[in-house]
Amino acid sequence: MEIPYTTEIRKDTGLYNAKVGIWLFLASEVMLFGALFSAYILLRVGAPDGYWPHGWLTVWLGTLNTLVLITSSITTVMAWASLKMKNFGSFKFYHAVTLCCAVMFLCIKSYEWRDEFIHNEVTLKEGAFKEGTIADGHLIKQTADTITLEGRIVKDRKDLFNLSTPFFGHPKQEEIEIKRSDIVKMSNYGPAHHDYNALYFTLTGLHALHVIGGACVIFYLWAFGRKMWETDPERFTNRVEVSGLFWHFVDLVWIFLFPVLYLL
Amino acid sequence: MSDQPHSESHDNVAHHVRRYLLVFVALICGTILTVWASYIRFPTREINIAVALVIASCKAFLVAGFFMHLVSEKKMIYGILGFTAFFFIGLMGLTIWSMGDFPLFTITH
Repeated sequence: MEIPYTTEIRKDTGLYNAKVGIWLFLASEVMLFGALFSAYILLRVGAPDGYWPHGWLTVWLGTLNTLVLITSSITTVMAWASLKMKNFGSFKFYHAVTLCCAVMFLCIKSYEWRDEFIHNEVTLKEGAFKEGTIADGHLIKQTADTITLEGRIVKDRKDLFNLSTPFFGHPKQEEIEIKRSDIVKMSNYGPAHHDYNALYFTLTGLHALHVIGGACVIFYLWAFGRKMWETDPERFTNRVEVSGLFWHFVDLVWIFLFPVLYLL
Repeated sequence: MSDQPHSESHDNVAHHVRRYLLVFVALICGTILTVWASYIRFPTREINIAVALVIASCKAFLVAGFFMHLVSEKKMIYGILGFTAFFFIGLMGLTIWSMGDFPLFTITH
């Protein structure tokens, strides 16, 4: 069966059908991310004074990821423009770069997630350490009797929330060996640690799923698109445009996620 | 650009490519500006938030306007986005409206 309006323009909309479809889909995506952003606003405003984290993430990694996504956005639009200029070789090159950017973005994000899961807050028994009762840092070693964190000990939990993190993160911190018998409670910086972490993992996780989905479509067009390009170039160009619109939306979401989660 | 004929001329696309490159440079500058502004100590944190969101909105306009070709789209797309904006603003409005509206006996900090 022939699918209508894959290349020809509908008189009533002035567009080919896939374009109307992708914009309707993106409209629903705006509402999906909008709902999560509204949850962020609600939880942040409702947090007790001084208990909303600042500086928990490494800014240079977030900045690098932003630059990677911006680069992938220009290569996506250049891939489409290459097809408009009837240059399939150029299209292949630009979309290869887009795919590399997608993989790089996901690698950096995975590294950051891992960092949260090995970062621990440990509540200590009274008197175990004279510096305070809360140890915070990265778990670097554990035995049957002890754990070793690279971090610091504080008296007040509030001291863990407002960090003035330098752009390249904190310099190497001291190693703290803690007896397991001195631990009252220990939790990593996973989604259950704080509302902020729950939102961070939900928002960046959902965004990463979009990156994976978009990259799969782009990979399909990149790897198996030649046949359609040779038989129906206009339809193939439209497919690339529609996948590009989705990719730009993914970039657009990150443009807001970056300052909200990393900088504010 | 999408309202242009499919048999777009090579020169016309090449002209748009130059625009894409300018937008790319502007986005890089915007990112650097966002990070730099976040390290400035404004009198209140609300100003920091406002500055960051204004820069993010400008970057979003560049991506949506030029990479997604929204500056020269068909009315149909603007219609879809108009409805989206209406419901998005409604969603945010309801969120803000609900902030001071706690059920009885709620313990607030």
